[in-house]
Amino acid sequence: MASLKDIQIKITGIKKTEQITKAMNMVAAAKLRGAQARMEEFRPYADKFATVMGELSGTADPNVFPLMEERDVKKVMLLVLTSDRGLCGSFNANIINASEKFLAAKQEEGKEVVVGCIGKKGASYFSRSKFDIPFNMTDCMADIQMQDARKAGMELSKLFLDGAVDEVDFVYGRFVNVAVQTPTIKKLLPISATGLEEAEKAEEEGPKAAYIYEPEPEEILNKLMPMYVNVQILAAMLETGASEQAARMTAMDNAARACKDMIESLTLAYNKARQAAITTELMDIVGGAEALKG
Amino acid sequence: MANKLNLEVVTPRKLVVSDEVDLCTVPGTEGVFGVMANHAPILSTLNIGQMHFNKDGEIVKLAISGGFVEVSNNKMTVLAEAAEVSEEIDVERALRAKERAEKRLQQAQAGREDIDMARAMAAFARATARLKVAGKMS
Repeated sequence: MASLKDIQIKITGIKKTEQITKAMNMVAAAKLRGAQARMEEFRPYADKFATVMGELSGTADPNVFPLMEERDVKKVMLLVLTSDRGLCGSFNANIINASEKFLAAKQEEGKEVVVGCIGKKGASYFSRSKFDIPFNMTDCMADIQMQDARKAGMELSKLFLDGAVDEVDFVYGRFVNVAVQTPTIKKLLPISATGLEEAEKAEEEGPKAAYIYEPEPEEILNKLMPMYVNVQILAAMLETGASEQAARMTAMDNAARACKDMIESLTLAYNKARQAAITTELMDIVGGAEALKG
Repeated sequence: MANKLNLEVVTPRKLVVSDEVDLCTVPGTEGVFGVMANHAPILSTLNIGQMHFNKDGEIVKLAISGGFVEVSNNKMTVLAEAAEVSEEIDVERALRAKERAEKRLQQAQAGREDIDMARAMAAFARATARLKVAGKMS
């Protein structure tokens, strides 16, 4: 049986861990609020953008746009969005699992696959795997900026346009609610016309009038398409960011609770050991006194 | 109010403006144009530059970059990657950005091929627009 001193040391250690996890839980909760607010703020922009894209794609012929070109898919790229930092439960592991599954499925179809990474956790995992990583961006998840999304969008579009890849999909941690974050896979490139039309249908309101287009619809689309890619990446980054904080909050809450349980059982063991020691001592004294009386 | 135009300026960061205005002027790709109430539906891309709107005789200026504008049903929506009213503009930063862009443009003209001319031009335009809106440049 462990000595009193050993148990005492253990209890102090776990108490400190509990404090840290509690603090991290609170920090994550505060950050989650911020991340959620940013997600909400971004939504009107993204919605409006999708509506206009839908409207435009109805008027223009999709085949003339390089970013919409459906090629024979030989090489697929999966953009994996993870967090930069760990200690958020199985959040990143779930995303990585989903990506692995997706990549295996694509390989089974006889397609070549490569990986792109946003966020350090995915990058460090896939750098140890057999996949090529033509695109990698880290240290951008703490403070998510439009310019990072733009940079990613530009580089990925370039890979697509150069023919280095024929399809780009992305996997991100979709924020369902504070308790649930699901890894979700979506297609980024080529931009599909059907997806755009669905977006348009979702927001059918008021009488639709014929627009004056300035410049021509094709030209507008040409300008907006790269931006649409950026918007999608930014949206995914924001969701992953919020999910990360939510996952961390839950993980830290669990950890703090586990600490509390451990402290409780250790305190019990400590008290029992103390009691046993006192009893033994008393027995000794009583035994000694009896002997003296003798 | 029938003779007012409902204006919204939206960026990825926030809803910058949501107001009833009399007139709004934006830098369209094919030229600057103004929109008043009951304008015909229009969809236009925007240049980097300054937009302004009049409300009850007051003029508010904004520096905007990268986006487009949609007008329909007496509602005008400006979507931009960045939009700032004059009070929000960091003049110091804009001045630095302008100097940097100028230097890059000079280097590009001097034959440096590693500099992306288009990007430097855009950076220059953004900085200039900000300074103009902030009233530090005419």
